[in-house]
Amino acid sequence: MPRTFVLPDLGEGLVEAEIRNVLVKEGDVVREDSPLLEVETDKAQVEIPSPFAGRVEKIHVQPGQTVKVGQPLVSFGDETGTSAPTRSAPAVAARAPAPASAERKAPAAPPVDGSPVPATPSTRRLARELGVDLRAVRSSGPGGRITDDDVRGAAGKPAGAAQPAAKAAAPAGPAKPLAAVGLEPPPLPKFEQWGPVERQPLSHLRRTIAERMALSAALIPHVTHFDKADITDLNTIVTRSFEAAKQRGIMLTLTSFLLKAAALALQEYPQFNASLDAGAGELILKRYCHLGIAVATDRGLIVPVIRDVDKKPVMELARELATLAARVREGKATLDDLRGGTFTVTNIGALGGTGAIPIINYPEVAILGVARGREEPVVRGGQIVPRTMLPITLTFDHRVADGADGARFAQAIIRRLEAPETLFVEW
Amino acid sequence: MVMGDLVTEVDVAVLGGGPGGYSAAFRCAELGLETVVVDAGKRLGGACLYEGCIPSKALLHVAAVLGEAERAREFGVDFGEPRISLDPLRKWKTDRVVGKLSRGLASVAKAKGVQIIGGRGAFEDSRTIRVGGDEPQVVRFKHAVIAVGSLPMVPPGLALESDRVMDSTAALEVPDIPERLLVIGGGYIGLELGQVYAALGSRVTLVEMTDGLLPGADRDLVQPLARRCEKLFPAIHLKTKVTALKEVGDTIEAAVEGQDVQAFDRVLVAVGRRAVSESLGLETTKVKLADRGFVLVDERCRTSDPHVYAVGDLTGEPMLAHRAMRQGKVAAECIAGRPSAFDNVAVPAVVFTDPEVAWCGLMESQAQQAGRSVKVAKFSWAASGRAATIGRSDGLTKLIVDAATGRVLGVGITGPGAGELIAEAALAIETAVTAEDLAVTIHAHPTLSEGLMEAAESLLHGGEK
Repeated sequence: MPRTFVLPDLGEGLVEAEIRNVLVKEGDVVREDSPLLEVETDKAQVEIPSPFAGRVEKIHVQPGQTVKVGQPLVSFGDETGTSAPTRSAPAVAARAPAPASAERKAPAAPPVDGSPVPATPSTRRLARELGVDLRAVRSSGPGGRITDDDVRGAAGKPAGAAQPAAKAAAPAGPAKPLAAVGLEPPPLPKFEQWGPVERQPLSHLRRTIAERMALSAALIPHVTHFDKADITDLNTIVTRSFEAAKQRGIMLTLTSFLLKAAALALQEYPQFNASLDAGAGELILKRYCHLGIAVATDRGLIVPVIRDVDKKPVMELARELATLAARVREGKATLDDLRGGTFTVTNIGALGGTGAIPIINYPEVAILGVARGREEPVVRGGQIVPRTMLPITLTFDHRVADGADGARFAQAIIRRLEAPETLFVEW
Repeated sequence: MVMGDLVTEVDVAVLGGGPGGYSAAFRCAELGLETVVVDAGKRLGGACLYEGCIPSKALLHVAAVLGEAERAREFGVDFGEPRISLDPLRKWKTDRVVGKLSRGLASVAKAKGVQIIGGRGAFEDSRTIRVGGDEPQVVRFKHAVIAVGSLPMVPPGLALESDRVMDSTAALEVPDIPERLLVIGGGYIGLELGQVYAALGSRVTLVEMTDGLLPGADRDLVQPLARRCEKLFPAIHLKTKVTALKEVGDTIEAAVEGQDVQAFDRVLVAVGRRAVSESLGLETTKVKLADRGFVLVDERCRTSDPHVYAVGDLTGEPMLAHRAMRQGKVAAECIAGRPSAFDNVAVPAVVFTDPEVAWCGLMESQAQQAGRSVKVAKFSWAASGRAATIGRSDGLTKLIVDAATGRVLGVGITGPGAGELIAEAALAIETAVTAEDLAVTIHAHPTLSEGLMEAAESLLHGGEK
């Protein structure tokens, strides 16, 4: 009996993915867990292993195609006589090497022996409402029970907890998924009247960035505070230690110091390490410090997350940053690499500039932007001296904090950058 | 349509005022649909209220009181021989029980704005019902819900023009207390009414065609009931048929297979019920019928005719009021465009005998037939403190779970109060809980409800032994 593998639920909120690569051909005999497809989701490029051993009978998708969760990917034919008639997704989650993925391992697919689908009547009603076939839903409850969240996930609607945007919607105004923000773009003029044009479809990642940025810009009243940090001393440390670090395989850059400085300042100003629950009228303070770092790739902007930055020494941060950025650029980041950030740092210094106002990575509260540090004439004690000055911008959600708070928080970062020993000897 | 017809235009016409019909009508009204009920008796309640569930339970309560009084002698309380007056008994049943509930339903209908039209209705086409009788009129509807229910079945060989041969409806009237009563049929109706008459003083002979009482229920659940019936009824003949009935003077002579011809004062024929799908004018609609006159419906209670829904006994087994009520609400919600469905996993069945037998979900025998991998746990009430205090250690609680996941698939309970106890089981099955969930849920002590917890616990710890 042929078995069809459908796009499994890839995790919170992800409803579709773009097929990047099909790694098998029809007629191939594959082992269980051998790589089948590469897909790109909103968040990452991931490899999907085969849930079955068997002969690939039919491939239903091709590279470039966007598929929804539950859509057939590959059909397998009979092979070794194990003809279990598994017809629905065995729900192979995107393989992530992080230990956290172990507990996210998919439970068994619901029984297909004709017994009733284990779900409460209200969950079954929800499934009907959302047009979800319960038999194809991955269950997360005890005894294979399907929960409301499972159904919403399968329907592509993020579950309550994983969807702050929707939750914020109720009283606080326009905090809804982008589609509902209500900014219907006016029709475009016919550009052809002025000259030839070419239409290019947006890549999956580009579309995601567009939606996230528009959501954040529409939803959050952004305020930006400008300042400069004197990083002359810090620069000396970076330059002096660079070679030594390199010999240990560590690419030492300013960014790891920025991360550390931001993490320590966030301890002092926890309202910037938070998310606003507008629906509940509450500020959710996060007792962990996972910092996102904007990484430019040839496919677009991706923000991987480094965990527990406050607890890690700078050298460790530098090491992690390098491997993480490399993974991201190679398109090999896992979903867990990209989730759970509490605050973001974006460093465009490598590309120059005297300052930039980034857009907050919703649902975070603030983002630190850094331009290129340059030697500038600075007046110190009545003398003009050359100092290396780093332009920084702190952009934050004015609903959560005021200008004075932002200025103090920015100062807390600058103070640490200007006294780099505080980044090693923390207080 | 004839000129001069009185025409009523409504959103929803419900044919039949029983539990399925009134549930559909009430829900329709709640959802803002203009709704009428066409009922031959111009009343709500149907067979359930007037000829079934309710009056039989009233009589079974009387039987239970008599049984308890009798048992009281065990612990030194003697009420003496009971004196039974049929007139007050009937009056209590008819006025205080049935009448009260009937008036209640009528006032609910009024409050919800559901009009009741008296008369027999039949379809003229997929949008029209013609109502005969005292209030002849034509009802034009956008949707109809057929809920006309079922009637007691009488096999041709047993049909006799004598009021000594009763169906369940007649027996519930308790015309008298026959000295010798023959009950044909060992299903729930025969057993319930047989026990009523036995408690009132009749000598009951019960004849059942199959090899056991309550065909279809797991044997271990039936056993305590069978034992009780053996005490209550002077004779039980299994695997036996009654081949002929003949009225001779004031008695009915019954030819029972393998027995001499016996004389009885009355006979109760309780061999089942049949759907009433004839003379409804269904041929003028696109409604399709299945075997035995049942109307074919889908999960949303839709018939093959897009304007016509059907609920209740008419749509097949199990013919139970509570199934019809749920279906009625589903039909109403679907008519109102809501995403409703009769996707219920468990329809509890209760036999209100002494002891009661109740079950829902998957039965052990069904699991065996289907070759399903299940685990079965039984808790004998001999180990129940509560059962001991009421002198009823003959009960049994039985739990059937999926072998792999521990999910509760079926429950069977025999014993006093089983009909109430099965509610927890229905919830458990419907909401897909596991044996562990049942085992760790605190059940009040001492109660009979602990049985389910105990059974679940034995499954959990069975693997550790």
